[in-house]
Amino acid sequence: MPIVAALAKATLLEAVRNRLLWLTAILVVAAFGLTQFLNQVAIAETREIQVALLAAPLRVGAVFILAVFVVTSMVRESNDKVTELLLSLPAPRSSYFFGKFAGYASVAAILALLCAVPLAPFAAPPGLALWTVSLVCELLIVTAVSLFCVLSLAQVVPALAAVSGFYLLSRSMTAIQIIAGASLEGQTLTDHTVSAVVALIALLLPALDGMTQTTWLVGGAFGNVFAVFGQTAIYLILICAAALFDLYRKNF
Amino acid sequence: MTLLALGLAAQIGFKLATPPRGARAEDLPPAPGIGALRLASFGDPVALAKGLMLYLQAFDYQSGTKVPYRDLDYERLEAWLTRILELDPRGQYPLLAASRLYAEVPIESKQRSMLEFIYRQFLLDPNRRWPWLANATVIAKHRLHDLPLALRYARALQRYATAANVPLWAKQMEAFILEDMNELEAARVVIGGYLQSGSITDPAELRLLEKHLKDLEAPSSRTPRK
Repeated sequence: MPIVAALAKATLLEAVRNRLLWLTAILVVAAFGLTQFLNQVAIAETREIQVALLAAPLRVGAVFILAVFVVTSMVRESNDKVTELLLSLPAPRSSYFFGKFAGYASVAAILALLCAVPLAPFAAPPGLALWTVSLVCELLIVTAVSLFCVLSLAQVVPALAAVSGFYLLSRSMTAIQIIAGASLEGQTLTDHTVSAVVALIALLLPALDGMTQTTWLVGGAFGNVFAVFGQTAIYLILICAAALFDLYRKNF
Repeated sequence: MTLLALGLAAQIGFKLATPPRGARAEDLPPAPGIGALRLASFGDPVALAKGLMLYLQAFDYQSGTKVPYRDLDYERLEAWLTRILELDPRGQYPLLAASRLYAEVPIESKQRSMLEFIYRQFLLDPNRRWPWLANATVIAKHRLHDLPLALRYARALQRYATAANVPLWAKQMEAFILEDMNELEAARVVIGGYLQSGSITDPAELRLLEKHLKDLEAPSSRTPRK
């Protein structure tokens, strides 16, 4: 356990020294400035427009910052041979993995809280609380997937491309399924095949398109918070297991 | 350093030399399909709907050049407004813009098409969208001077907007329009129907309706209201 805590603390320290918090603060201020501009443009539903167009870029920005941080930090550590040094310590490889994951998860939680701050003047507290918790869950999934991709691919560009593809696909899977199932003419064999392939891919992806919804902030019906927690827990187990499997089979 | 200054000057000069984009009504492209928009929203349709509404609104005032609403292609405009409402059914902005901006153009056919759009959208969610049909009723009556059309909208309001928060004046529009059409007997029946239905519980509203019914039954009410 001490090594897990130490690694988590070192990861948090790295985030601070990388000026990640400053970067997030700049993102928050820039997004807030944009919404003030939109305030002048909109002629109705000003608050809803401000909330929606503040929340969406903040969510995407937080995901981007976190994924880039996880991937570049892990690749730098690997290039500096720090990974090998840490794995040579008298501790199982899982301790190394969970130490890193705990550190990145803490960064994810801080990012989510920072993103929620500028929304506080505009959104109702229950909706904002649900949105923030959901964003933490979404960022935890992105953290786990980033760790898995960087441990498997070991390079910045392939790992980031894989994480981006995973995120965008997960976020659009419902729309893709609707499109795949909405053939104008009778369903041909090709249609059935495409629908089946899409359904299969959808089975393997997390339901990110049901998480961190802007509608919760503008008074829409709340999502099922238990579904959000359940999906996060299941997917974290799945991805962490896959990452650990890969880590244990690797020769350094 | 000189190269940097030259590069900067060239960039600024290039941008200054480029004429600002003209804003023409034809610039409004056809609305994408709802499937494509859902795909582009990446699971957050409400945020996309809000952004699209601002984009659509910008076709009135773009790059500093005003495009009169009347020059817009109303079929495309309707398609855009429909898509935005499909993405965010709770949003009121598209219907507000339809009734307060796009239905105010001085071209009757475009006004009518926008009012019909509002009517169709009202039927999908009457208890949330009634204010825009009420506004459409007023436009039909006072701008188009088309009392049968106003009566159709007012009847829809009375029939479908049944939530408790729908005010009496909105439900009563039908009776007033019937009076304007000199259909006094029908107006009396409508108001009598309200009173007997038991749906009105507010004492002040009840008194108002009873007084109005008495006024209608008075001989002087035979003259139509102006």
